[in-house]
Amino acid sequence: MERVYLDYAATTPTDPEVVQAMVPYFTEVFGNPSSIHHCGQEAKEAIEEARAKVARLIGAQDEEIIFTSGGTEADNLALTGVAVARESKGNHIITTSIEHHAVMETCHFLEKRGFQITYLPVDEYGLIGPEDVRKAINNRTILISIMHANNEVGTVEPISPIGEIAREAGVYFHSDAVQTVGHIPVDVNKLGVDLLSVSAHKLYGPKGVGALYIRKGTKPASLMHGGEQERQLRAGTHNVPGIVGLGKAAEIAQQEINEEAARLTGLRDRLINGILERIDHVRLNGHPSSRLPNNVNISVDFVEGESLCLTLDLEGICTSTGSACSSSNLEPSHVLMALGLPPEQARSSLRCTLGKWTAESDIEHVLGVLPRVVARLRAMSPLLRKPLAGEESNGHGLEKNKS
Amino acid sequence: MPIYSEKVMDHFMNPRNVGEIENPDGIGEEGNPVCGDMMTFYIKVKDNRLEDVKFKTFGCGAAIAVSSMVSEMAKGKTLEEAKKITPRLVADELEGLPKNKFHCSNLGAQALNKAIDDYLKKQQKEGGKQS
Repeated sequence: MERVYLDYAATTPTDPEVVQAMVPYFTEVFGNPSSIHHCGQEAKEAIEEARAKVARLIGAQDEEIIFTSGGTEADNLALTGVAVARESKGNHIITTSIEHHAVMETCHFLEKRGFQITYLPVDEYGLIGPEDVRKAINNRTILISIMHANNEVGTVEPISPIGEIAREAGVYFHSDAVQTVGHIPVDVNKLGVDLLSVSAHKLYGPKGVGALYIRKGTKPASLMHGGEQERQLRAGTHNVPGIVGLGKAAEIAQQEINEEAARLTGLRDRLINGILERIDHVRLNGHPSSRLPNNVNISVDFVEGESLCLTLDLEGICTSTGSACSSSNLEPSHVLMALGLPPEQARSSLRCTLGKWTAESDIEHVLGVLPRVVARLRAMSPLLRKPLAGEESNGHGLEKNKS
Repeated sequence: MPIYSEKVMDHFMNPRNVGEIENPDGIGEEGNPVCGDMMTFYIKVKDNRLEDVKFKTFGCGAAIAVSSMVSEMAKGKTLEEAKKITPRLVADELEGLPKNKFHCSNLGAQALNKAIDDYLKKQQKEGGKQS
C-alpha cells in the first residue's frame, strides 16, 4: 500500500542530502570538538560552520546560537534558565494557554517552585492580543514566552508587536519557533525576541538536535552542568553529526523557503476547501490566513478523532488528532479548548500537516478517501441516532442523510 | 508495535451489530461525547433471551471494538447471563486493550446493563398495570 504522510508537524523525514552531509561525522571526522588535536579541531570547525548556517537562517550572529538536544531542551533552557538567573529581579512569567507541552509543563514546574505564571487566553482563531500581553506585565515580570506558531492549529502569532512591548518594558522575550523556522521567514531582530527555540527534525534535519538563540547580553542559567561546551551554557559532548545535519537542513531551508511556503499554501488551501466542499458539518480550526503554510486542522462533527485517524491509517494516510481518549488524560487538546471549542468538537479534530514530499496527487487521494471514512463512522455515531422517547431532536438536521 | 490487537482492529473495522432497533425492548446509554466516548445499546428480548442487540458508538477505536464485542457476546444469552459480562471478560475476548483504554470496556458492559435494566423496569411497570 502506498502511504501518504500528512504528519509533518510531528516530525519530518530527514532530507537525504542532510543524511549525506552527516555521514562523514560518524566515522571519518569523529573527534571531540573540545580536543585540541587535529581530529578534534576539524569536528569543531564543522560545528562552527553549522552554527553559522543556523544563525544566517534566523538573522542572528553566530555566537548567539547554542546547540541543544532538541526543541524541548531549548524551551526548558530558555524558561528555567531565565527564571533561575533572574529570580532576584522577579518571579512572574507570562505565557499563553496554547503553548507546546515543552513550555507549558516547564511553566507548571516553575509554578510549583514559587513562580507566578500568567497563561494568556487566545481568541477563537488562537491569536494572542499584544495588548493583553502589555496589561499582564508587572514590576515582577522577568520573562514572556509566546510561541511563533501553534503546532496543532497552525495559527501564526503577532510576535513582532509583542517583541516591541517586551523591549519597552525591559522584559526578556522567548518564542518557541519550532514550527516556523525553515517554514516561514524568521528574523530574530524583526521579531524582537531575546530567545528563540529551534528543532532540527521539524525542518528535515535529524532527531535529537536543536538550538536556542540567545541574544547577546541575555544570560540564562545553565541547566546542564559538566564541561564548558556552548559557552558553558550547555555541558555535554557535542552531537557532531546531528549538529552538522541541523546546519545542512538550515542551509537547504534558506534556499527553498519562499518557493516551498507558496507551494504548500496552495496545497493546504486545496485540502481545506476540498474537505469543506465534500463533507458537511466540518469546520476549520485556527486562523484562516495567519496560518502555517502546511497546517490543516478540522473538526468533523459526530465523529471522534482517534477513530478517524485510525481508519485513515488503515487507508495508508498518516494524520493526527487533538482528541485524547484515555483514562489518564480525559481532557481533549488544551489548544482546541483554549480556542473555545466545545469539548465534543475538540474530540472530533483531525490534523493534516503537509511537507516537502507532499504532492498534489496526495491531496486528491485524501479528498477521495476522507468522505467515505467520515460516512462510515457517522453511520455508527449515536450523536446521529433517532431521538429517544421523550427526547428532543438532536437538532443537527442530519437524520435524513446519515450516509 | 500497533497500539491495538488484531482482534480490536477487526472489530473496529468490521463492527458487528451496528445500528438501531425499531421499537426496542430496552435502551441503555453510557458516557457522553464530552468525555470522549458515548455508546447507545438497543435490545430485543424474547423468552428471557437477548434475541437482538444493536449499538451506536461515538468514540475511539477501543470504544467501537468494545461495543461490537459486547453486542456479539450478549446476543442469544439469557438476561442473567448477559448481566455477567464484565469489562475484564470483554477486554480478554478482544485479546487485551491498552491500559489507558480499559475504561472503554467498562462503558460497554455498563451500557448493555443499562439496556437490560431498562427492559426489566418496563416489564415491572407493565406487570403492575396488568395485575
